[in-house]
Amino acid sequence: MAQINLIEGITMALAHEMARDPAVVVLGEDVGVNGGVFRATVGLQQKFGAERVIDTPLDEAMIAGLAVGLAVQGMKPVAEAQFEGFMYPMIDQIASHAARMRTRTRGRLTCPAVFRAPWGGGIHAPEHHSEAIEALFTNIAGLRVVIASSPGRAYGLLLASIRDPDPVIFFEPKRIYRQYKEEVADDGEALPLDVCFVLRDGSDVTLVTWGAQVKETLEAADALAAEGIHAEVIDVATLKPLDFDTIHESVKKTHRCVIVHEAPYTGGFGGEIAARLVEHALYDLHAPVERVAGYDVPMPLYKLEMNYLPSVARIVAAAKRTLQAS
Amino acid sequence: MARQGPPNAAGYYGRNTCNNQYCAAPCIGDAKTAIKHVRIAHHGSSVSIAASFEIEYLQYLDESGKLLNEDAPAFARDVRALVDAYKLMCFTRVFDGKAIALQRTGKLGTYASCLGMEATHVAIGSALAEDDVFAPFYRDYGAQFQRGVKPREVLLYWGGDERGNDFAEPAHDFAWSVPIATQCLHAAGSALAFKIRKEPRVALATVGDGGTSKGDFYAAINAGGAFTLPLVVVIVNNQYAISIPRAQQTAAKTLAQKGIAAGIESIQVDGNDLIAMRVALDHAIKRARHGHGATLIEAVTYRLSDHTTADDARRYRSEDEVKAAWEKEPVKRLRAYLQGMNAWTDDEEKEWLAECGKRVDEEIDAYLAVKPQPVSAMFDYTYAELPLDLERQRADALTAAKG
Ligand SMILES: Cc1ncc(C[n+]2csc(CCOP(=O)(O)OP(=O)(O)O)c2C)c(N)n1
Ligand SMILES: [Mg+2]
Repeated sequence: MAQINLIEGITMALAHEMARDPAVVVLGEDVGVNGGVFRATVGLQQKFGAERVIDTPLDEAMIAGLAVGLAVQGMKPVAEAQFEGFMYPMIDQIASHAARMRTRTRGRLTCPAVFRAPWGGGIHAPEHHSEAIEALFTNIAGLRVVIASSPGRAYGLLLASIRDPDPVIFFEPKRIYRQYKEEVADDGEALPLDVCFVLRDGSDVTLVTWGAQVKETLEAADALAAEGIHAEVIDVATLKPLDFDTIHESVKKTHRCVIVHEAPYTGGFGGEIAARLVEHALYDLHAPVERVAGYDVPMPLYKLEMNYLPSVARIVAAAKRTLQAS
Repeated sequence: MARQGPPNAAGYYGRNTCNNQYCAAPCIGDAKTAIKHVRIAHHGSSVSIAASFEIEYLQYLDESGKLLNEDAPAFARDVRALVDAYKLMCFTRVFDGKAIALQRTGKLGTYASCLGMEATHVAIGSALAEDDVFAPFYRDYGAQFQRGVKPREVLLYWGGDERGNDFAEPAHDFAWSVPIATQCLHAAGSALAFKIRKEPRVALATVGDGGTSKGDFYAAINAGGAFTLPLVVVIVNNQYAISIPRAQQTAAKTLAQKGIAAGIESIQVDGNDLIAMRVALDHAIKRARHGHGATLIEAVTYRLSDHTTADDARRYRSEDEVKAAWEKEPVKRLRAYLQGMNAWTDDEEKEWLAECGKRVDEEIDAYLAVKPQPVSAMFDYTYAELPLDLERQRADALTAAKG
C-alpha cells in the first residue's frame, strides 16, 4: 500500500479509473503536458495519451459544455477547473444542462460528468484562487456536490463520483492537498456517496464540517478533549444529496451542534443543516445550533485570509457556548 | 436527402447533393473539396466570394535594431520619446527581476513576470492619453508605470493586500483582472459610456493569447464592432497560456483575424518592436477617438519567464526555444537602434540601470514598510455603508483577532 497525500489520492483515482474504463477522459487547462498546476494529473497524458488527457483552449464555459456533450454521448468526462474561482463561467452549462439533462429527457439522456476543482483558501494564492463556493452548487437541483477531506476519501470519493451516473461537482481542499500522508490501497474500491463520515466519536457536542475545515475541527476536538469535552466530528463529504440522518443520530446523542465551514455565513450550506435540525431535531437540542463560518465579505487577499477562515479558537468557543447554554 | 439551406451570396437556394449544402450541383465531394466549392465558381453556378480578408503584419525594426526600410514613420525619429520609452522598458525589467527575487525570499506572493513584453506594455502606456481608460490583465506593469501606478502598489497587490489596487493615479483605470479576458468587456463598457456621453476618450484592454479563446473576448470585440465603440483591444500574444502553446489554443493562423469576424479593424504587430507598436496604437487610438470604431491589435511577443513564480516552464518548452526568443527581445533591440542613432551611450546605459536599481529598491523598501491592514478592512469596503448585519460579524472578527 502506498503512503499518499490528498492530491496523490486524486491522481491515483484518475489513473485507476482511466485504466479500468476507456470512456473516462480528463480535460482542462494545463492538465496534459504540464500535469496540472497542482500536479493532480501528472503522468496521466504519458500513460493514456493526448486524446484522453486533453489540454484545452482557455475557456471554462467551453470545458463545461464539452463535458456535457461528451457525457451525454457515453463518455465519462472529468473536467477540471484550474481553481474554483474560475468555475463561474461553467455554471451556465452545469445549471442549464448538466443538472437537468436526465429530468429534461425523462431519462433518455444523462450527464455522468465530473467537474473537479481545487477549492478554498489558505494557500497565499492570488485573487480568485481561494473561494469556497460549494453553496452556489448545492442550490442547483440535479447535482451531487462532493468535497474530499483526506487522501483516502479523495481516492474513494473520486472513484465513486466518476462511476456515478449523474453529474458531480467534486471539490478538493487545496489547503490540505499535501497536509499529510496516509496508506491508501489502489484497489479500485469506491467509497459511498451521499453519506457522512463520522471521523471521531463523542458524546457532548457534534461538530459538523467538510473540506479543509476538517483539519481545524479535529484540532478543536482535541482541544476540547483536553478540557474533558468529548466532541463528535462529522465530515459531511457529500453535501448534496445530504445524509441528514447521520447528523441527526449524532445530535440525538450529544444534544448540541456546531457547523463549521469556510464559505460565507449567509446562504452557506451550514444554514441548510441548521434548518433541518430545527425542523427535525428541535426537541433533541439542548442549546441553539452554532455556525462558525467565513464572513459575508469577498474573500480577502492573502494577508487577511487567515482572519477570514474559521479558526480552532472560534470553533472551540462555539462548542463551549453550546455547553454553557444548557 | 435534399435539404433547404440559406441562400448563398448570389441568393441561390441549394440542395444538399454534395457536402457543401450551398452547392447546387449533383456532385459528390469529401469535406475538404467541399470547402473548395465555396471558393471557386462551380458547375457553372453563380457562386461568388462573400467575404475575404487579409491581416497586415507591422514591423519597423529588425532583430538587430535596424530599420527594415527607409521610409520609417515620424515616430522612429522622435529621439526624446524613444529614449523615454527605452528608459521605462529598462526600469520595468529591473523591477521585474527584483520582484521575482522578493518572491523567492518569501516577501511577496505569487508574481506574474512581464519579462520580454516590455515594448508592448510601454507602447500602450505611452500611446494612451491620461483621460483614457486602461483595463489591464495582470502583467502589464510597463503600461501601468507610464500611467502613474507605483511599483510599490504592484508589490502590495501581489503581496496579498487590496490596497495595491487603490492607485492614486490613474484613478479611473481598472484594477488587475485575474479571471481571464473578463476585462475586455469592462473596456467595451467604458467605451460605451464615453460614446453615450460624447467624451473624446478611449478604452483599451489587454488580453493574453490564451484569453482570446474565451467568450468574454469575442463578446467584447463584437460589441466594439456592433456599437462602433472607441475601443482598442491589444492581444499580448506571448506564445503561451501557462503550458499551452499558441498553436494549440486555436487553429486560426493569426489571433488578429478574430477581429475580422467582429467587423473591426485588425492588425498583427511585432510586439517586440516599440516603434511598430506605437504606430499601430497611435493609429487605433486616433480612429477610436474620432468615432471610427474599435481596433484589435495582436502584439506578437514572447514570455521569456515562467508563467508566474509558481510555474516551471521547463516542463513544457525547450531551452533552445527560449534562447532563440532572447534574440528577438525588445530592450536590446531598441537600445541597438538608439545607439545606432547616437542617441544613447554605454555610459548613459550604465548610469540609468544603476538609477533603476536604486529607485526600485526604494519602492521595495516602501512596500515592506507598509503597515498591515487592520482586520476590520475586510469588512469596511463591502458596501458604501456597513449594514447592521455585517457590523455584528465585524465585531466578532475583531474579537477573534484579539484571541
Ligand atoms: C477564467 C480563468 N481561467 C483560468 C485561469 C488560470 N490562469 C491564469 S493565467 C492563465 C493563462 C493565461 O494565458 P494568456 O491569456 O495567454 O496570458 P499570459 O498569462 O500568457 O500573459 C490561466 C489559465 C484564470 N486566471 N482565469
Ligand atoms: Mg499568453
